[in-house]
Amino acid sequence: MTANLGSTPSQTVGPFLSIGLPWTDGPAVTADEDTDAVWIRGVVSDGAGEPVPDALVETWQADQDGRFDHPDDPRGAVPGFRGFGRCPTEPDGSYAIRTVLPGAVPGQAPHIDVSVFARGLLNRVVTRIYFPEHADQHRTDPVLLGVPAQRRHTLIAVPTGDGYRFDVRLQGEDETVFFDV
Amino acid sequence: MSERMTLPAYRRDPEGTHPPLDSPAYRSTVLRHPKQPLVLLPQRLTEVTGPLLGPGRIGPQDNDLTRQREGEPVGQRILVHGRLLDGDGSPVRNSLVEIWQANAAGRYRHTGDRWPAPLDPNFDGVGRTLTDEDGRYEFLTVKPGAYPWANHDNAWRPAHIHFSVFGSAFTQRLVTQMYFPDDPLFDQDPIFNSVPDPKARERMISRFDLSRTVESWALAFEFDIVLRGREASVFEDEEET
Repeated sequence: MTANLGSTPSQTVGPFLSIGLPWTDGPAVTADEDTDAVWIRGVVSDGAGEPVPDALVETWQADQDGRFDHPDDPRGAVPGFRGFGRCPTEPDGSYAIRTVLPGAVPGQAPHIDVSVFARGLLNRVVTRIYFPEHADQHRTDPVLLGVPAQRRHTLIAVPTGDGYRFDVRLQGEDETVFFDV
Repeated sequence: MSERMTLPAYRRDPEGTHPPLDSPAYRSTVLRHPKQPLVLLPQRLTEVTGPLLGPGRIGPQDNDLTRQREGEPVGQRILVHGRLLDGDGSPVRNSLVEIWQANAAGRYRHTGDRWPAPLDPNFDGVGRTLTDEDGRYEFLTVKPGAYPWANHDNAWRPAHIHFSVFGSAFTQRLVTQMYFPDDPLFDQDPIFNSVPDPKARERMISRFDLSRTVESWALAFEFDIVLRGREASVFEDEEET
């Protein structure tokens, strides 16, 4: 018989998360010399439209072939790509992650999972980034299909000169879609 | 082409385990909680995998917060130890545990902390370690002080240490706070009390551990962290179109 232990509850990171969580190389999911790298930049904002200067954005994604460096990938782990990015927000609410476009994982359009932590968030909020060039795959993506059509645009990054823009609106008009995982 | 994949799945926690994002007594949630309902995300490959962050992230003294500077920090030395487990009781091995905290006077080494308690030149309040094969971790640090905050009239945070853990899947990612037994400030703290289920709330309180105190040197507190357990494997049928 296996135990069924109760989970430890989530609590807020508080206002001073930036002393403990960020890493110097956190925003660099891929190496500096990677010519396929793109920047994903955005702003985290609150229900008054004000920037959130004490948030942390974390990303998790497959590599360019849609593979994960993880033993629970049933196709086998492909080592070498950390897949994880972490960036605190600046006083203007902005964050920036340098990464590569993920490949499609079976049955899904390419995407990046995102966690946002902040003072005032007692649990992280979870969202996904999709990319505009995969519009055909978005029509059949099972996660996007579970999102009301009029809100799907909040999950699609906007192209910029050096990558994409993905803003996170915690509340209010054009509130980002957040998921219960 | 069709693919048939066997994926693990992670049990959802019972209602009341985690605080509602909208917890009005904690005022900062007012403008920061989503107002639209969360969309249920079935656990797929991206959610049942997650970053495995290992040795590359750790320096030799990162789990001893009393030896990261020239001198010793002021305060009561404490050994904080425990296990990182999943809900099935299995250890989460070789996994990154990060902590941050206020100093013994209740002040963080952060430019935004304006509480006029002294800063300690010998205390950064930041630690990292990896769990071992049994999921065990330990930190040597000093007991953080309580501090006032502007949430409500004469509001004080109970002494606490922030913990960040990853588990082995995106679904298991957790940031929590460890509290100390018998803190007189619990009753008035909206962050501690944001957890609806009183039994779940108690799981954030460490246990004084006489057996691990260090003679004439340090008190000891035990704090186990439990992440979501696995459900039986499920088959996922997915058609690529």
